[in-house]
Amino acid sequence: MAETTEETEVVPLVDHVREELLGTLTSHLGDAIVASHIKPGDELWIRVTTEGWAEVADVLRNRLNFLFFDFVSAIDWLPSPYGREMDAQVDTIVAAANGEALDAKPPEEMVQGYAGGDTRFQVFGRVLNVVDMLGLIIKADVPDTLVVPSWIAHYPGANWHEREVHEMYGISFDGNADMRNLYLPGDFEGYPLRKDFPLLARRVKPWPGIVDVEGMPGDDADDEADDTDAAEGDA
Amino acid sequence: MTATTGANERDQLAYIAAKAADSRVNVELETEGMTLNIGPQHPATHGTLRIVARLDGEQVISADPVMGYMHRGYEKLTEVRTYPQVTTLINRIDWLGSFANEVPFILAAEKLMEVEAPPRAKWIRTILFEMSRIANNLLGLGDMAAQLGAVTPVFYAFRDREYVLNQVEAVTGGRFHPNFDRIGGLKDDIPAGWIASTKDSMVKMREAADELESLVFGNEIFTARTRGIGIIPAEVALEYGMSGANLRGSGVDWDLRRDAPEGMAYNEADWKVWTHPDGDSYARAWVRLQEMREGTYIVDQLLDSLPSGPVMAKVPRIIKVPEGEAFVETENPLGVMGYYIVSKGDLVPFRVKIRSASFNNIAVVPWVLKGVYVPDIISILASLYFILGDIDR
Repeated sequence: MAETTEETEVVPLVDHVREELLGTLTSHLGDAIVASHIKPGDELWIRVTTEGWAEVADVLRNRLNFLFFDFVSAIDWLPSPYGREMDAQVDTIVAAANGEALDAKPPEEMVQGYAGGDTRFQVFGRVLNVVDMLGLIIKADVPDTLVVPSWIAHYPGANWHEREVHEMYGISFDGNADMRNLYLPGDFEGYPLRKDFPLLARRVKPWPGIVDVEGMPGDDADDEADDTDAAEGDA
Repeated sequence: MTATTGANERDQLAYIAAKAADSRVNVELETEGMTLNIGPQHPATHGTLRIVARLDGEQVISADPVMGYMHRGYEKLTEVRTYPQVTTLINRIDWLGSFANEVPFILAAEKLMEVEAPPRAKWIRTILFEMSRIANNLLGLGDMAAQLGAVTPVFYAFRDREYVLNQVEAVTGGRFHPNFDRIGGLKDDIPAGWIASTKDSMVKMREAADELESLVFGNEIFTARTRGIGIIPAEVALEYGMSGANLRGSGVDWDLRRDAPEGMAYNEADWKVWTHPDGDSYARAWVRLQEMREGTYIVDQLLDSLPSGPVMAKVPRIIKVPEGEAFVETENPLGVMGYYIVSKGDLVPFRVKIRSASFNNIAVVPWVLKGVYVPDIISILASLYFILGDIDR
């Protein structure tokens, strides 16, 4: 774990393969790559401009042999306006319904993940080169128009993924005309995976996680017993 | 009326046939277009998948899968569950190989927490993972035979699968929903005597595989209905993101168990990745059979080399996963399954994207069913072998 003493001796790893891939991509795409993030030995994240979203698929598929299409999805970076903070004893939405005063918690800032970003919504996808066993995650900001270019010209498998993103987030894909709902009824209103879409079950019952992490009577003793078990190993 | 320029010949033919079907002019001696609704309740759908096929005579003009009958919204639900609670949900994605569903999620969470499971836990994980594959593939093959008109193999498959499920139950307490994998290791060690009884059951599984091979794969009807049917070339399989036996049945030699074995013990066993160059229904089923048999050898070898030691690393009792993003995918029974976890340092994930195998495997259906005959729909769907929970999530 993180607090080992040897940590100071660890030399920062350099991932030559992924650095090289990033260099190749930059030479092909130029300014379309806005940001990148490399976790050595693990994964490469790049963020492209919205306009470059289709171009990056073209380059990866047709020039760099990233033939395997893994997935396309989206993420809503808005901090959840509902309860579920880890210290909350009740779900704020339940408290509000009961007329209780809400804890005045300052609204959280929207923080985008690896490779940054400026917009609330981002699309991200992953493609893979099965010969070199090398994959990367591509992200792009979604502008306020909620339209990004489609990947289906380069990866036909993206069709269903884009339809799923559309029904879950309301993001449309320019070039993919088939935006029927995959899962939800055709007349469903709202976009369920957006953070401001309430989960009905949570409106009527507080978050079950609170129960799970609450201290139980005699909990400390149990805890110690567990620890010794783990230390002794198997019988 | 002309087809759009640039469309290939196949699309043009389909377009013309669709127009003919639309016009509904029932000229004598001319076939009338019709819509055939397969499912939602159909034995070939492993759950509730509906396929709307538009036919011209016996030939399919277009086929459109309709799903969502089993959508349970797991990606939303994971956002209100703590990390240990999530495994309970994701067990139910591919219900025939449920232990395997937990592993990529746990590996991704371990990656974020920088925890590594002790060797013994890795070994047992891999063993249970392969046992999920054996049970899953066996039932898939038996079911495929049933869909092609041979009723006996599916009963044999259900019977023989119990040998594996009993072993899984002996360790985890659950036949279908083990919920056994934990961040940092496993819930428990294996019970006494389990190694010997598992080896016995692996012998039985090899016998079951042999039986299935002689009963089904040597069968003339089976061969006639699968050979050369539903051919998916490797490049199409790749760009649709097909994986698992379906991809290797198209001749792509790519298996995450060999190519990305981090967190598992596959490197400790000597085994082979099976591929088949044909890409037809037979090839997919054949690869599945070989993988099932190969799985029994992996289990045997790992049981022999099982290291001693704890099955759980030191992890805090209340699991808070540090901020970050991680993606881990593994070679599940149905194909590549991955979890993209975004953590904000909370008790709950901020976002979990579930990349399930069947969703991508089934995306190719509109492509592959175009132009085939009605009986081949069943053969192709059976050979693609999907589980609805794995599509709808």
